[in-house]
Order: sequence, then structure tokens, then C-alpha cells
Amino acid sequence: MRTELTVNGATHVVEVEPRTTLLDCLRDNLRLTGAHAGCEHGVCGACTVLFDGVAVRSCLIFAVQADGVPITTIEGIAPGPGELSLIQDAFCETHGMQCGYCTPAMILTAHALLANNPSPTREEIVNAISGNICRCTGYAQIVEAIALAAERMRGANRPAEAT
Amino acid sequence: MKAAPFEYSRPANIDEACALLAADDGARVIAGGQTLVPMMAMRLARPSRLVDIGRIGALSYIRDDGDGIAIGATTRQQSVERSGLIAERLPLLAKMMPWIGHTATRARGTVGGSLANADPAAELELAAITLDATLTYRLAGKSVDTPASEFFLGAMTTALPAGACLAAVRFPAWPEHRIGTGFHEVSARRSDFAFASAAAQVAVDEDGTCRRIAVGVGAVTESPLRLLEVERQLTGTRLEDSKVRDVVRGALADIETMSDLHATADYRRRVAAKLAMRAILDAGAECKAKSHAH
Repeated sequence: MRTELTVNGATHVVEVEPRTTLLDCLRDNLRLTGAHAGCEHGVCGACTVLFDGVAVRSCLIFAVQADGVPITTIEGIAPGPGELSLIQDAFCETHGMQCGYCTPAMILTAHALLANNPSPTREEIVNAISGNICRCTGYAQIVEAIALAAERMRGANRPAEAT
Repeated sequence: MKAAPFEYSRPANIDEACALLAADDGARVIAGGQTLVPMMAMRLARPSRLVDIGRIGALSYIRDDGDGIAIGATTRQQSVERSGLIAERLPLLAKMMPWIGHTATRARGTVGGSLANADPAAELELAAITLDATLTYRLAGKSVDTPASEFFLGAMTTALPAGACLAAVRFPAWPEHRIGTGFHEVSARRSDFAFASAAAQVAVDEDGTCRRIAVGVGAVTESPLRLLEVERQLTGTRLEDSKVRDVVRGALADIETMSDLHATADYRRRVAAKLAMRAILDAGAECKAKSHAH
């Protein structure tokens, strides 16, 4: 089926079977391998992407359902080549990752959270990432990374004279 | 973990969706897909055609019709969770929404999808049964209303006929001023399927007497269970701890509860009783707190 995908601002026309998940389409057709295949049935959260700005599981959406919907993957998060987004930077700084398998999804989940709630409590951060499984870190540094990113984003939005 | 092949259609309206469903016994509706797609990935479901109603704008709304709130079938769970109207008019439902799945599944999952799926542990089904909701489906060009008490027939089984498509659910809003709500559930991990859950909404008058009460327990029987006998016995009381405890225990004593690998029948009965008591007492306490605030 002919499907038009708008990913990270670029439009791609792909020919996919209806049963192809958005995850497989991103990885296999568009070679965007930042969305990771973990459980492939909506439990682990490793395949999280932003779908019209909200964090969703790309293994639970068929590519044909994504026709025309703006999608952001981890590849589209950095402001420019060789740069990191503020949230990515915070994950590096606090060592919010070990093997890295869950990391793109954690970062996109954090983006969706902070876009909607600039000052999340620890509880709200834990809640937001409760659908993303990490088997390495024990989550502490991930929570720390998101809190740090939130603090910096709030600072960045403050008028110059107030800082 | 790849779904079997299927055909895909995206009808423009609900009657077109019904026609597609009527034409093919193996066709299934997809809206959010947060339950159906995992089932398809595991090949537990092999629909021949998916009828995608997720983009039918006319099915996505939250409307106040004066004495109740109607919610369109494809309204995303997240929209209900964030709705000021729901928080104000359906406080019990508002309290239950964050317990449904995870943020990422509520972003896609729909109200109608959860109701049509009829999982015994589903919070939305418990809310519909406890609050006496009415479900409306479309079949062959006609709309049919069914009370929640007749819609849910058992685990994963509803009264939806073949070729029908759920269109909306309507929750009556209580007119009383002093309303309190309570909700509790127990699961293995945050937002996993509940082993037992309980929801309560009460309205009290000026002197703290319970004038109206609705209580239900979920995940312990094939469909969530409204505790009508508890409601009858607690109406007119002041919801004293010991009275609530005795009435709830008595009501759950003879109910045949489900048993599985995660929770035995006895465990479910005991926990459901405890959670129902807490939900009722919380609801009562919330009423009192509101009375003081006035």
C-alpha cells in the first residue's frame, strides 16, 4: 500500500504491506534505526517515537495508519549535525544510560513529558517513563537526567535579565 | 512478533465502517490498536481486514449534554485524562484515567476500544458499570443504546452484534454538590493489569449522611461487578468504618472470583473487599473535606 510518511520534517513515499509496523518501516524502509525493536508487542517501550508530538509505541502502529502524520524519531531531535539536544546532553552528563538500547525511547519520552509539563515532580518523571523498560541503570540516573534537562529548559526560557 | 497479512480500509464515517464489517466476518475494527496490535503480533488475532475508524473526526468528542457527558468512541484516553470537563463533571472517571496502561498507550488507546475489548481488569469498563453508563453502537444505519449492565456479557465478550461499531458512551453526571470519589487497584507493576480494583462515588448531605452511593469492583469476576447490595445498605448511613467493612465483606463473601497464575480466587476476594472499603471511605472523606471548604 502506498503510504506517505513525514519523518523529522522530510516526506517519504513508501510501498508497504498493511501489516508492516511503523517501527519496521522506519528501520527497514527509511533506515532510521534509532527506534529500537525490543518486545514488538507494546511492553518494553524501546520503539517509542513522537507521533504528532506525543510519545507512542511504533510497534503498535501500522505504517499505513501513520499516513500523513508528522513523526519525530531520535534522529530528528538534535538541533544540528554533530550537536545534541538539551535532553540528550543531560543524559550524557548524568550517565543516564549504560547499554543504550532504551535510550532513544527514554529521550523521546522525556521530550514529550517536558513539552507538556516543564516542571515535573520526581513522581511525574517516574510515571512518564514507567512504560519504558531499562535493564541496566536502575532508572536513578535517567530520572536525574530528565530533572536536569527540565531545570535547564526552564532556565533557557527565562528572560535574560532574570537569570 | 509480526502480524499475519490483512487488508486495510479507512472508512470516512461509521456507516461505511459498519458496511465493511458486515461484508467480511473476519474484519475487525481498529482505532487505537493498543490491545489488538499486540494480539495480532502474537498471532492470537488474525483479522482478514482492519477497518480503521481512528481518524473519523465525528467519533472523537467529549460533550456535556446537561445531565451527562457523552464521549465519542475514538476519543483518545489521554484526551479524557486531560479534560477539565471530565474532571468537573465525572470526578470518578477522572480519578481512574491515569491508571489505564501507560502514557504512551493512553496517547493512542481510545475510550471505545477499551470498552469494546471488555477486559475484566479494564478501568473504563469498571467506570461504565459503576456509574451506569449507556453505550451506543451503530448497526445497519441505526443507533442502538445499551446500558452497561447489559452490554458487558463476560471476559472479552460484549453484546455488540456482528457488523456493529461502537459509537459513544454516555455517563450520567451526578447533580449533587457534595460528591466524593475513591479508586484503588493492585497490580504487579505500575499500570499493569489489575489483580483487583475498586471504585466508589458517594454524595452526602449537610450532616454527613450518605444520600447516594455507587460502588464497583473490577478484575475479580468475568465482568466488573456493581455492588448494589452494598449501595442499598450504606445509603442513609454516615459511612462509619465498621459498617462499611461489614457490608462490603458480606457482599463479596459469596461471589465466585477468578483465579489465575498471578492471584488466587481467595486473594482476589480479600483484596477486592479491602480496596472497596478504602474506596468508599476515601470518597466519604473527600465529601467531608469539600463540606469544610464550603
